[in-house]
Amino acid sequence: MGNVLSIVFQRLALGLLTLLVVSIVIFVAVNMLPGDFAELILGQGATPESVAKIRTDLGLDQSLVSRYFGWLGGMLTGDLGTSFAQLNFQTNLGGGGGVTVGEQIAPRFANTMFLASVTAMIAVPIAVTLGILAALYRNTVFDRAANILTLSSISSPEFFMAYVLILFLAVLNPILPSLSNIYEGMDFSDRLQKTLLPALTLTLVVTAHMMRMTRAAIINLLASPYIEMARLKGMSPMRVIVKHALPNALAPIINVIALNLAYLVTGVVVVEVVFVYPGIGQLFVDSVKIRDIPVVQACCLIFAAAYILLNLTADILSILSNPRLRHPK
Amino acid sequence: MTDTLLKMRGVKLEGRSDETWNPIINGVDLTLAKGEVLGLIGESGAGKSTLGLAAMGFTRDGVRISEGSVEFDGIDLLKASAAVKRGLLGKRIAYVAQSAAASFNPAHRLMEQHVEGPTQHGVMSKAESEADGIELYRKLRLPDPESIGFRYPHQVSGGQLQRAMTAMAMSCRPDLIIFDEPTTALDVTTQIEVLASIRDIVEQFNTAAIYITHDLAVVAQMADRIKVLLKGDEVETADTRTMLSAPTQEYTKSLWAVRSFERPLKAPVIASAVPSVSVQNVDAAYGKVPVLHDVSFDMHEGRTVAVVGESGSGKSTTARCITGLLPPTSGQIAFNGEVMPADYRKRSKDQLRQVQMIYQMADTALNPRMSIGEIIARPVQFYMGLTGKQKRARVDKLLDQIELEPSEYYNRLPSELSGGQKQRIGIARALAAEPKFIICDEVTSALDQLVAEGILRLLARLQDTLGLSYMFITHDLATVRAIADEVVVMKDGRVVEAGPKAEMFKPPHHPYTDLLLSSVPEMDPDWLTNLLQERGVDNIGDAAVGKM
Repeated sequence: MGNVLSIVFQRLALGLLTLLVVSIVIFVAVNMLPGDFAELILGQGATPESVAKIRTDLGLDQSLVSRYFGWLGGMLTGDLGTSFAQLNFQTNLGGGGGVTVGEQIAPRFANTMFLASVTAMIAVPIAVTLGILAALYRNTVFDRAANILTLSSISSPEFFMAYVLILFLAVLNPILPSLSNIYEGMDFSDRLQKTLLPALTLTLVVTAHMMRMTRAAIINLLASPYIEMARLKGMSPMRVIVKHALPNALAPIINVIALNLAYLVTGVVVVEVVFVYPGIGQLFVDSVKIRDIPVVQACCLIFAAAYILLNLTADILSILSNPRLRHPK
Repeated sequence: MTDTLLKMRGVKLEGRSDETWNPIINGVDLTLAKGEVLGLIGESGAGKSTLGLAAMGFTRDGVRISEGSVEFDGIDLLKASAAVKRGLLGKRIAYVAQSAAASFNPAHRLMEQHVEGPTQHGVMSKAESEADGIELYRKLRLPDPESIGFRYPHQVSGGQLQRAMTAMAMSCRPDLIIFDEPTTALDVTTQIEVLASIRDIVEQFNTAAIYITHDLAVVAQMADRIKVLLKGDEVETADTRTMLSAPTQEYTKSLWAVRSFERPLKAPVIASAVPSVSVQNVDAAYGKVPVLHDVSFDMHEGRTVAVVGESGSGKSTTARCITGLLPPTSGQIAFNGEVMPADYRKRSKDQLRQVQMIYQMADTALNPRMSIGEIIARPVQFYMGLTGKQKRARVDKLLDQIELEPSEYYNRLPSELSGGQKQRIGIARALAAEPKFIICDEVTSALDQLVAEGILRLLARLQDTLGLSYMFITHDLATVRAIADEVVVMKDGRVVEAGPKAEMFKPPHHPYTDLLLSSVPEMDPDWLTNLLQERGVDNIGDAAVGKM
């Protein structure tokens, strides 16, 4: 086990290093966006003095490097900064402090995580089961049908799939609400009901990858001598696949699942917009529009962290699925 | 025989390649009585394994049974439903594969895989089957029978895995076991332990078996009856003793005669002669793991030094040190008295030219995209600087030397050649550099006996005409007998014993040499029985435990 632990720590350290590099990339990229908050908020009639005043207030006049380290230091101490937009709003009303980025992002991020979890709960079991069945009944009508269905759902634009689902599940058969305007303090079942339609849309989007990888990873192993052995021991085809092929096919499957989960956390803006779901994707897009740099940076960093963390988890699980590493000689 | 267990009649098997079905087995009959062991022998490609699997009513992908019947205990396996066949497989008919390492599922512990058959077939409960498994492990003389089942396949050695697989095949007490080359991948010393275990347990439970192998001496120990196959046809079938003493068919006789090739002894080396290659106190390591310890021996012009030992004994590593691929950590290599740079990158072209290699797997040692002509022409151009017509003439001469018609083979690709022909190309490529010294790394071990003998004769002839010295790496002592002048025995990275062949095959030996020599199966059907008595059965089990 010491072996596995050291691999895990190694990966963890690498993950942190990656995150640091990504933070630099994010910071530089965001600051290279054309236009800035001060010019945007003051409009076309802004005098150079007032623009300079706001820039000084926001710290935008400092050098890139010192701003980066200020930001990084804040991040490390848990201070994500203060949203430009909220700051002005508060200041104009005579309030102090303003809403921090953390306060702004936290509920949105929780919503996104909720949506991602619900989707994962539905999509992962369906995808893996379908993949196993497709491998079992490979090259039959079932296999082809499953492939065609999942592939066409992944090939259609997300918003189209969303509207198709709304049409069938909210308009023609009003089972589920078409608007997912969830808010704080909602009870769980209401929340779940409102989240179901976007979750189903996302399920259609992510299932194909995972299912096809499960199928391919299993079929890849079917020519192995130990699979032939299992058949020659008189085991049923289902048992051969689930008991003998699947445990050896886990690593690639886990990786594809992780990739799709990361997508669920970071890439679902379109679905959020269609269902008016208050997730982090919408906040991100809005903040980019008004050059609210602290929010944009924080969102980017959260997305990057989600990717790195999920891939790290996948790596570690793949390692654990390999008995050679779990039980060294 | 009235108690017929398995009856195959006129079985024809076909394999698919490029959308057409080609015959593999052209109508073979096979009858097996209860408790009888039938040996199935033939060269690779003779269709032994395919026929063995067909006896279970099973075919691999791309193979089909086109005609004939397979009847097991009155049940027609070819007409039976998949469910009926599944009920028989594992329970009444079991299979032991060639490579136990590949045929055990890496994701599950041995015991989990052992109890799967009995529990799924409803023969025993899990607890009963586990207890029985431990008993079988003990009978097969596996070390730590109580706990070895709780290991994963990668934690157990090859010889042990092969026995664990035999135990697994026995788990439901089947009536018939198909052994498909179960010891081919093992060292001689391990092979003997596995053979003894298999024979014991088959006798004990009166299990019928089909024992597939290409090794005549092995089959002589195991089988009651022998069936010889050649290219999908039966050559002859007879009782083991009859078959060994009086084979009737030409092909069988030629198989039997292979082991008779032996080169005449050469005069001893003159003590003052400068060896063409001298390995001097070489230590070597892979990373931090030491592999060679103080290895020293000399090789003289026009002579063959056989380096023997089990896998992992350091034979190939020594070759890597000589070629400069693995610079020794200490010690040195000298050619004709001149010390070579340790790293091949520091050797001159002429120094590189002097050492050539022929590899075990001709398949992977030849570039599949290059024609035979190009493969041989490359070293001709690189070392000799020949181009154009001169180059072509030289390649043609080399092809002549390896007894392949230049006009016919020059433009062919390696994939169009047989295994033996590919190995000949490997030889021609080594000769192209006009070396004085060639390392032959297990060059015949992937070949059938007849083909291997052809290669050995060719190498011997080339040595006589060109005055070459060979370092012949092998684990097969029959090959050593045939071709060696001097023998070096290696174990665990050390030279255990070295000397002229005549001395090596005469006692007294180093105990390890003795173990190696006595472990080589002989054609005598009583050889294993006698040997076991000589060593004492317990002794073999102990040897197994000690070794692992």
